[in-house]
Amino acid sequence: MTMRLANVSHRALQVWRRNAEVLLTTWHTNLLPPLLEPVFYVMAFGYGLGGLVEEVTWQGQRLGYLEFMAPGIVAVAVMFWAFFETSYSTFVRMRYQRTFDAMLATPLLVEDVIAGEWLWGATKSLFAGSVMTVMLACFGLVAWPSGLWVPLLAILGGMIFAAMGLIVTALSPNIESFNLPVFLLVFPMFLFGGTFFPLEQLPPWAHNAALALPLTHVCSLIRGACLGVMPPHAAASVLYLVAAVAVLGSIALRRMSRRLIP
Amino acid sequence: MTDAAPIVARHLTRRYGDFTAVDGIDFTVARGECVALLGPNGAGKTTTIRMVTGFCPLTDGSIHIFGRDIMREPREAKARMGVCPQEDNLDPDFSARKNLVVYARYFGMEGRIAGARADQLLSEMGLAEKARSAIPTLSGGMKRRLLLARALIHQPDLLVLDEPTTGLDPQARHLIWQRVRELKSRGGTMLLTTHYMDEAQHLADRAILMNQGRIVLEGRPAALIAAEAGREVVEVSRPDACVVEFVRGHGWPHEAAADRLYVYDSEGGRVASALAAKFPAMERYARPATLEDVFLRRTGRSLDAAS
Repeated sequence: MTMRLANVSHRALQVWRRNAEVLLTTWHTNLLPPLLEPVFYVMAFGYGLGGLVEEVTWQGQRLGYLEFMAPGIVAVAVMFWAFFETSYSTFVRMRYQRTFDAMLATPLLVEDVIAGEWLWGATKSLFAGSVMTVMLACFGLVAWPSGLWVPLLAILGGMIFAAMGLIVTALSPNIESFNLPVFLLVFPMFLFGGTFFPLEQLPPWAHNAALALPLTHVCSLIRGACLGVMPPHAAASVLYLVAAVAVLGSIALRRMSRRLIP
Repeated sequence: MTDAAPIVARHLTRRYGDFTAVDGIDFTVARGECVALLGPNGAGKTTTIRMVTGFCPLTDGSIHIFGRDIMREPREAKARMGVCPQEDNLDPDFSARKNLVVYARYFGMEGRIAGARADQLLSEMGLAEKARSAIPTLSGGMKRRLLLARALIHQPDLLVLDEPTTGLDPQARHLIWQRVRELKSRGGTMLLTTHYMDEAQHLADRAILMNQGRIVLEGRPAALIAAEAGREVVEVSRPDACVVEFVRGHGWPHEAAADRLYVYDSEGGRVASALAAKFPAMERYARPATLEDVFLRRTGRSLDAAS
């Protein structure tokens, strides 16, 4: 890890910049989902499902269902945008476009390329998380100034889910094989990461299992930031996430290096 | 400025498990020289190129690019090299010009300098009108010229061309050759791999023939042809036993493939006229010896010997 990390240079930013410029050329198609997604969620869960659920209690606060759930969809977006960027999109760049082969014929090293992609995945989380938070704020669902923590948490969460995506990319023989980690890793986090209901609703064993999922902690912290309420075990959640960044990041760096230069 | 040689490869070795792709080869490329790596598929050319360009770690031996060890100082070594790959890896998300500008940044070139260099290369490669075109709209030949332009963006001191014209039509091939010859005339140093012997004969000052991971022959193309195949080759289709016996009796170097006999003539004209006199009705064809004959003599004319 230390050797790999030492090989990362400022050139990683050029990899990041390449991706950013591609995004900017197609910004309209990229901006639409984070703008519209919160609106759809508010319609479906606020007016639809929300009518069936009276109130939710979280950290001693009695919240309307939409109020409770809205920060969760920001957390889910943080996960989706990073994970899908460094899984499918990175795989396409690596395998089909051979973008990395072209980059590696320059002073860039594999570690620069991987770090650039990793950082880019987290940037997409920052982008989606921030746009969605602003949209939710328009519906009065975000408390200020605590809501300003969301971008920071989006980067932290983005680093984790981007590293996961890179590990999946490094280990996947082809693009079809992404279905399995998506189903076994991303989908359970989406459902059981505390997005849609308080984890206390689950039987104790399932509650404990959910605490092992990174999304649970990202979700809890973002919820705290959006509601202006201190989330449970906030310090422990932050520590867990920072440790996850270090562990998953080092695995991603190692596995992807081996994938790019066998 | 005194400077180390563009490429010095010593005891270059790459093994994959039990299989040895490159088996301890030594070679150098001098400044201003164009060296062609030849050999059948599986001979180890591509692995050699991949090691030279830093894509494939060495199992043993060393490569120095202008004195920089490719394994220990890859950034410095790669900074002086331009690589034109075999496969199109242009960035489909950008226009032709943007491909060059973005690539320049990987070498630390920015802004106006990169833009000016990109424009200059586009016009040199006859792509000025395609500057804003999307990559998928370019023809195969245009893409290859753009790859060549991209490899030259940082004015490298060494150009590595991996099968630069494979899959191109004759016009596109000749356009690429023309550009490469121009670079040569300006004193450019090059290492190229190719399947096309005429390409090597056209472009290379020196050819290195590889087979089964080793260098089997090395020298100036003309000298190799003279030494290995002579001046002329007479091809006889479906030779009968008498012809083979006649050729053998004269002690002429020859080779029999499935349905063809190749007779090598060091003087030119001698074998052809002798055969014409003895077997006037026989179908035969005399032509100048080429690097292809050298290649096929050394690596075998049959497929199983090559693969």
